Amino acid sequence: MRFGEQGAEPHKLERSLELEPELERVLSNFRQSIQALSEAAYSRPRTVAVATQRRIWRLAAGWALGCVLTGGVVSTGIYEHHRHWELAQMAARQAEQNRLAAERQHHEQQLREEDELLAKVDSDVAREVPTAMEPLAQLMAEDEAQ
Amino acid sequence: MATAQAVAAEEFAQIVQSHRPQIFRFLLASTRDVDLAETLTQDCFLKAHRNWSSFRGESSAMTWLMRIAINLQKDHWRNRRMQFWRQTQINSVDLDEASEWLPGGESSAEEQMLAKEQVEHVWTAVKGLSERQRTVFLLRFVEERDLSEIAQATGLSEGTVKAHLSRALARVRAELRGKR
Repeated sequence: MRFGEQGAEPHKLERSLELEPELERVLSNFRQSIQALSEAAYSRPRTVAVATQRRIWRLAAGWALGCVLTGGVVSTGIYEHHRHWELAQMAARQAEQNRLAAERQHHEQQLREEDELLAKVDSDVAREVPTAMEPLAQLMAEDEAQ
Repeated sequence: MATAQAVAAEEFAQIVQSHRPQIFRFLLASTRDVDLAETLTQDCFLKAHRNWSSFRGESSAMTWLMRIAINLQKDHWRNRRMQFWRQTQINSVDLDEASEWLPGGESSAEEQMLAKEQVEHVWTAVKGLSERQRTVFLLRFVEERDLSEIAQATGLSEGTVKAHLSRALARVRAELRGKR
């Protein structure tokens, strides 16, 4: 007998669920084969160990990757923070140097201006005059000569 | 309080002991992957343990567990479709190997060979079924659940279960007749 030749009209759902004896026998064999396969696989300790080991490896790899990523993020953050701090320090040092240079320049400018002013006073206003004791000294020199 | 917890734990341990092989068998037949079936079985009982207090006994424990197993399998298919197929191809039980596990109840060598071939054809047909058809088919003809239990476990109506079963059987019949 060929499978499905009896009662296989597509619109008769109930009838299509009825199993012909041959199909019933085949499905029974199918069930038994799965049961045997399952029992053999179920009682095999190797399978559990492999599955557990695989899971442990997967877990370990996940943790390692997570640690690497976390470490990377943290160290990048620290590095960036440190770099910003160093740049800020450098900028502050540069600003201080600029300020000191400007002060020095200003001071030198003041000194130069003072020197120029004194030189101008010397040249414009000052003239040579005898010292205060010069006439008396001359008289004393004449007396000694006499 | 502690006594109630101990009783519940003992009840659950008994459930695990009695139903674990069946859940494993169903998942093995569905996935044809021993490692995956083992993992999903573990996940199933872990989930069941977490939700054991919420189990009201509206259906049998087996139907409840089967429902969890079906959902886990569905989630696995949905979430890891590519990985699932790759893994299945590597670890899957070969059809020849699967049909080798036929008890030698047939009288002659020729009959045994024929039975082996027929079982192989059923495996092939099952492999080609849709996820729902396969689930319904395996629950009916491997786990020998009745239609109402299948409906409860899958969350489908009995009419839908019948329709899936009818299509699955049509496919099996066609495969056995040597048609696609």
